Amino acid sequence: MQDTLEFEPTAYHVRASNEGTALDISDFNLWYGQKQALFDNNLKIGKGQVTAMIGPSGCGKSTLLRCLNRMNDLVDDLTITGQIAVDGFDIYAKGVDVIALRKRMGMVFQKPNPFAMSIYDNITYPLRVDGVTKKSILDETVERALTQAALWKEVKDRLNDSALGLSGGQQQRLCIARAVASDPEVLLMDEPCSALDPIATARIEELIEELKGTYSIVIVTHSMAQAARVSDNTAFMYLGRLIEYGDTDTIFTNPQKSRTNDYVTGRFG
Amino acid sequence: MTSMNEQMPPASTAAGVAGVAAREAVAPKRARRRYSADLSALGEPALWGFGGALALGIIMIAVFLMVVLYNGATTFWPKPIDRVELTDGTVIAGTERRGTLFRPQLAPLDAETRALIEENDGFAFRTLYQTANFDLYGDDFRWVADFETATITQPEDFYYFERQVWGVFIGRIAGMQIAGQQIDYDPAVFRREQAAARARFREIRQIERREIGRINHYIERERLAQRRAVLRQGEEAAQPAVLASQARIAELQAEFQVLQARVNEIRALDRSFTVTLEEVNGRQISPEISQIVRFFPANTLSIFDKIGIYLSRWWEFVSAEPREANTQGGVLPAIFGTVAMTLLMVVFVAPFGVITALYLREYAKQGRITSMVRISVNNLAGVPSIVYGVFGLGFFAYAMGGTIDQLFYPEALPNPTFGKGGILWASLTLALLTVPVVIVATEEALSAVPRSMREGSLACGASKWQTIRFVVLPKAMPGIMTGMILAMARGAGEVAPLMLVGVVKLAPALPIDGFAPFIHLDRSFMHLGFHIFDVGFQSRNSEAGKPMVFVTTLLLLALIIVMNATAIIVRNRLKRKYATGQF
Repeated sequence: MQDTLEFEPTAYHVRASNEGTALDISDFNLWYGQKQALFDNNLKIGKGQVTAMIGPSGCGKSTLLRCLNRMNDLVDDLTITGQIAVDGFDIYAKGVDVIALRKRMGMVFQKPNPFAMSIYDNITYPLRVDGVTKKSILDETVERALTQAALWKEVKDRLNDSALGLSGGQQQRLCIARAVASDPEVLLMDEPCSALDPIATARIEELIEELKGTYSIVIVTHSMAQAARVSDNTAFMYLGRLIEYGDTDTIFTNPQKSRTNDYVTGRFG
Repeated sequence: MTSMNEQMPPASTAAGVAGVAAREAVAPKRARRRYSADLSALGEPALWGFGGALALGIIMIAVFLMVVLYNGATTFWPKPIDRVELTDGTVIAGTERRGTLFRPQLAPLDAETRALIEENDGFAFRTLYQTANFDLYGDDFRWVADFETATITQPEDFYYFERQVWGVFIGRIAGMQIAGQQIDYDPAVFRREQAAARARFREIRQIERREIGRINHYIERERLAQRRAVLRQGEEAAQPAVLASQARIAELQAEFQVLQARVNEIRALDRSFTVTLEEVNGRQISPEISQIVRFFPANTLSIFDKIGIYLSRWWEFVSAEPREANTQGGVLPAIFGTVAMTLLMVVFVAPFGVITALYLREYAKQGRITSMVRISVNNLAGVPSIVYGVFGLGFFAYAMGGTIDQLFYPEALPNPTFGKGGILWASLTLALLTVPVVIVATEEALSAVPRSMREGSLACGASKWQTIRFVVLPKAMPGIMTGMILAMARGAGEVAPLMLVGVVKLAPALPIDGFAPFIHLDRSFMHLGFHIFDVGFQSRNSEAGKPMVFVTTLLLLALIIVMNATAIIVRNRLKRKYATGQF
């Protein structure tokens, strides 16, 4: 089944953002060792928009997401060609400060991963590693981030309790709060609801709705319903290729590619 | 396996007799299947095997602990003194140690006894008595066979004396000499005088150890300072310094004379207080009363007296120095040496092991070389410990210590300062011995930290070191502490390499004392493990040392348990501390 759509060009019908482009991925290829995982991906992610990435398992959507803040640097034997630009600035150029880059990109992972510290210390962690020690700034950040993550009311009286004592949904919102604490430009979410129950999922989706506009959000999801609910644009990937990228409504109601149609109607994947 | 017969269908029994038609009417009966698995598939035999192996292990450890505990706990309990008259007329007195069956020489025995023994398949029972009085008998113990025993009595006037030298004396008190006056034995007076004499003895020891020790220390220091001055500045230039130093030595020597005179005075006084002891056959000795460390009428003790003696012996054991080639007295220097060396070892091994493991796991590129290093580290844990001892002696003591001596202590040469075994080299050797344990445990703890934690930290914009410092290490800390505990237990119990790098039978001074620089890492030290070996197998009389082996083992076990428990408590506190994350 490999390479049946080798030369088929990607279908684009993107709803453009008013504020321009946050991330510009062009001709992006990636190899794990000898095995190519991403093929010539080209997409622009609009500022302030929510962009969903969907596709069957192993299609490369998580890989692409993790390239956006260079999380894949941890993987040995990785080869990359092409460019990813944040505000017109290539993040894979030589001499890029990866740490500074990651500070511009908050990331939320599949499973909630709070550190074994207090809630307060979890939220302030991105600031403290940056050398911020001033109590007033830290306090202010904790309140802002927790409010943004819709967690402030629940935990404001126990900020010094261990974060591990929170429920799964609360932990994931804590991780979102931690991701927005350093006030990044882009929020990367790697299947943020896959370990949560429907009620917690609904809360996170509400949260994404609220954060939209403040941050450019890229969300990888397995749930097509979720993508349809929360995103402005949707990218459908298959076998490392970007098949179709465009307005979410169109993708789900009137896709231009038959493969996209098959996927969103549940015929495969 | 057993179900084969049941599975066979009873096809043609009743139906066969009835004929063909009947057969057609009856539906072919299906073999009844048993859905239970057989015994081996259920894992039952394996379970018995696993459980049995565990039980065997526990039983062996429990028996070992009980043997140590029983023998260790009963050693200090005062036992009665038996006066045994033998059939040949000899009389001995002693405390019973143990009894065994043996096969006596039948030839010299009379017919009646011989018949009795032959009835028992040639075996007879014999008892080992601690007859003590080594200075009179030349031996501490005597076997007495049942058939040579005529009568056993427990005379009330027999005492058990523990002496400063020559070990135990068992016998009566015939009289005493108080301040030169010969008087009859009076228990109250003797008790009082014994306490006073012990006080005199301690005073002499105090003066000799502390004050004369201090003066000797300073004289030695002056002498070395002179040599250093001569070595550094040359004979001529150092002349004024040498003269000044000689004056100081003269002062110190005058002080020494005064103290020595005081000691001699007390000694002379002490010699006028003696006690005349008489062994069971009437032979007498008259030692100074100050030589009697402890005495009690073994056959007239009440239970409270016995408990008192038992506790006072334990107290002496853990708080005093050894006497009588380590077979009596206490083991305080050994306890101190063991603890000091183990802690020093932890100080060396902890940072070294953790840093190595951090590099191997977090920074080094995982490849052929890293795995070779890892395999080598694991193999290091299997090298016989005596090899480490040889290495420690050759490399640490002779090479490194010798160099240090030449550079920093040339004035003391040819006497080595660091160029011989000492507590520093011993703990370094043990650190080397236990570092694989720490590395392996730390690596395991580090690799058990979930990847998501690291990624979470890195995604927050933390550097690799910040991630390790704030997220990975705290999470791995309990595991690292476990490795440390294992290393400590291994180090505290190790003896063989220590014999080469600094452990001695009897150390003249502790590694920590009141003289600057207070901690003397070059000094040799005593160790409980070596003490067990020495007392049990190297003393003039292994029978005398045997009880001490058990007591010392018990103490060493207790010490290791205490040290481990402390480490475990620290670990649990760390766990809690890092769980709330106040870093």
